[in-house]
Amino acid sequence: MDNIIELKKVVFDYTDENDLPVSVLDEISLSIERGSFTAVLGHNGSGKSTMAKLLNGLNKPSSGTVTVNGMDTADEKHEFEVRKTVGLVFQNPDNQIVASIVEEDVAFGPENLGVEPKEIRNRVDEALKSVGMYEYRTHAPFKLSGGQKQRIAIAGILAMQPECIVLDEPTAMLDPRGRSEVIETIQRLNREKGMTIVLITHYMDEAALADRVVVMDGGKVILDGTPMDVFGHVTELKSVGLDVPQPTELVTLLKADGVDIDTDVLDVDQCVEVLVKALHLEEK
Amino acid sequence: MLNNITIGQYFPANSVIHRADPRVKILLTVAVIVILFLASGFVALGICAAFCILLILLTKIPVKMYLKNLKAIWAVLLLTAALNVFYITGEGDPLFKWKFISIYTEGIERAVFIAVRIFLLIIISSALTYTTSPTELTDAIERLLSPLKLIGLGGAVHVFAMMMSIALRFIPTLIEETDKIMSAQKARGAEMDSGNLIKRIKAMLPIMIPLLFSSVRRAYDLAEAMECRCYNGGAGKTKMKQLHLSFRDFALVFGVIILLASVILLRIFPIVLF
Amino acid sequence: MSILKAQGLTYVYGEGTPFRIAAITDVNFEINEPGLYAVIGHTGSGKSTLIQHLNGLIKPTSGTVFVDEKDIWSKNEKIRDVRFKVGIVFQYPEYQLFEETVRKDIAFGPRNIGLDEAEINERVMWAAKKVNLTDELLDKSPFELSGGEKRRAAIAGVLAMRPRVLILDEPTAGLDPKGRDVILKSICDYQKQENAVVLLVSHSMEDVARVADKVLVMNGGKLQMFGKTAEVFSRHAELCEMGLNIPKVMQIVSALRERGADLPDGILTVADAEKAILRLVKDGGENA
Repeated sequence: MDNIIELKKVVFDYTDENDLPVSVLDEISLSIERGSFTAVLGHNGSGKSTMAKLLNGLNKPSSGTVTVNGMDTADEKHEFEVRKTVGLVFQNPDNQIVASIVEEDVAFGPENLGVEPKEIRNRVDEALKSVGMYEYRTHAPFKLSGGQKQRIAIAGILAMQPECIVLDEPTAMLDPRGRSEVIETIQRLNREKGMTIVLITHYMDEAALADRVVVMDGGKVILDGTPMDVFGHVTELKSVGLDVPQPTELVTLLKADGVDIDTDVLDVDQCVEVLVKALHLEEK
Repeated sequence: MLNNITIGQYFPANSVIHRADPRVKILLTVAVIVILFLASGFVALGICAAFCILLILLTKIPVKMYLKNLKAIWAVLLLTAALNVFYITGEGDPLFKWKFISIYTEGIERAVFIAVRIFLLIIISSALTYTTSPTELTDAIERLLSPLKLIGLGGAVHVFAMMMSIALRFIPTLIEETDKIMSAQKARGAEMDSGNLIKRIKAMLPIMIPLLFSSVRRAYDLAEAMECRCYNGGAGKTKMKQLHLSFRDFALVFGVIILLASVILLRIFPIVLF
Repeated sequence: MSILKAQGLTYVYGEGTPFRIAAITDVNFEINEPGLYAVIGHTGSGKSTLIQHLNGLIKPTSGTVFVDEKDIWSKNEKIRDVRFKVGIVFQYPEYQLFEETVRKDIAFGPRNIGLDEAEINERVMWAAKKVNLTDELLDKSPFELSGGEKRRAAIAGVLAMRPRVLILDEPTAGLDPKGRDVILKSICDYQKQENAVVLLVSHSMEDVARVADKVLVMNGGKLQMFGKTAEVFSRHAELCEMGLNIPKVMQIVSALRERGADLPDGILTVADAEKAILRLVKDGGENA
């Protein structure tokens, strides 16, 4: 398997104001396959944001190693190469936009990398087109909606031509429309451009769209598999303070009640189909 | 509430003035301000006014936006005008006399002259900020100050420009946030517009403290986001938008030279209207 | 007796400027009994503008707001007193915390009412308990708390004023499921114990289906629907047109009905659906 990011026995801890050690991540080993779409689920304080910052070297592990394309993120000399390869998008869209004009903000990354002016122009236009914000290139980000701002933040990362984008709860501050705009953009980048995506979230419906779901609790990975595998563990998920998509929850509950039903269900349509079968509706 | 403020804002449009080189715009704005102070007499001021009106028409930004600024500075205008009306004494008889107050024709003329001048100053500087994005503005300042690199101040110039551009970027965000916090505290019964000075200052704390904390948090977030985008203090940085002078810049410079020439000529050979 | 009433409420933001944002037009509704009322509508539908009218933070361009049958803008009403009767918890309320300790911050509202120290203290303890904040947290600086705790402290600051009408603008935004459940439970408890009117602005249809008695639907600055939760959600097609959705479990139920399943009305949650489907399975078994 071709892995773009590898975490080997990564520990991350710090000492709080009373000099007591606080462990955030506890010997995590995980690899992210090139071109995949991975969702990382966990409640607030489960260590998932710390993990996001480890993936592009913003955080350095206390012990263990994180490698990006084989480069150790703890090694200073790879700093820019790592950040260019793995782009990070944060939760609050307002706090990651640097410039007062959309296109100037998107240009910020490539400008820092010393890219030729003409090439920057091309990259900026292309990045804005792939997030569907090209027609807003001369607008002030301040006046745009949350979903639009977040797509500009994604474009700002795309313009650095990364191989992987890590998004740390990018939809937590958005309304439903903004959320679907951002999620559709991420899915498109993954499918059409083969971009590796790591989506950190606590929305189960978003995680259900990934190829793989990693569930974190107490600084450890407690579940790891396809959405279908992971969401089958309804009680375990609930016990760590997470939800399950409603369709999955319904069929799992019915199964536990003794109904003969297929529980491989993630969305509404699949759920309706298995229920139609279980209730013998077609035959009536 | 607070978002009626337009001074210092940028209005994107595609006008000749928008496309002009920001360095030229900054220098010309300074030049016009100097010319406004050189102008003596109503004819010269009239020419300046005509120039400013032509300019704001060229910006394709609604004239209303410029007039809105009047709202913000009417008190200053009124005060200076009043001072002039009352303090200037002229030759001949006063127009109006009551106890120690006497008003002369010269006083009124002077008041009108100063008021128009201040208004033109505001218009011309607004035209600069309305048509030049903060990034362009700071970029231009950085370049205009680039001779300082020769004496080893290159880093300082970049940091100054970056700080300015980020400050300008966050002004609207912070205004919006102040509005929100004010509403939230009012909903908890905070009173902000009554009581003596100390009471009022105390009443500002529920707004200032949250604002300060959130600004620190934003600064921290922004610094991380900038690091993620490979910012390293401007070393080896390129620019997407290259500045180069074009025909329109020379035309603008030419216009200002004509203005300067006519104002100077009028100083030497004044035309007196009345 | 009417507790809260809006009559012909219309508001226009910054007419004639480039900042003209969402406005509301001719909004009429009347709330006569305590309960949990959800306000739904997508961003820009006028929800935020509407709620700020209800405690006098915004004065309507035209129309009237009545609280306890009194016009809040009439000359003999003091607008500040209206704000103690109608409390608003804004979006991300944790950003309004400012005092040195959580205790002092919760006391800000009660102190503004002009209560005596003993009463203030009692209210602070009471409100903190309502939102599950432990005593030891009360003497910490609000900035030391976790995200969820900060949110709850800020909500307690409004609860401590014991408003007759409590309005919350997306109180669970950005929280994880656990944090969300704690807050929703506090809100429901407050409503029941105080017999209050609670208006909950929410984007989460699942939350609305779970807790709301009635739903107000805003769209394009107008009040489009006002009715029982199950009734409102049964108008799925109309909601869709407004860019709103219904909870997934209700979509499943309505699809099953179309396929001939005999499911009762009023299914709002997964638990409701589970019960109804089980009954159907059993009946089917008996018939066969």
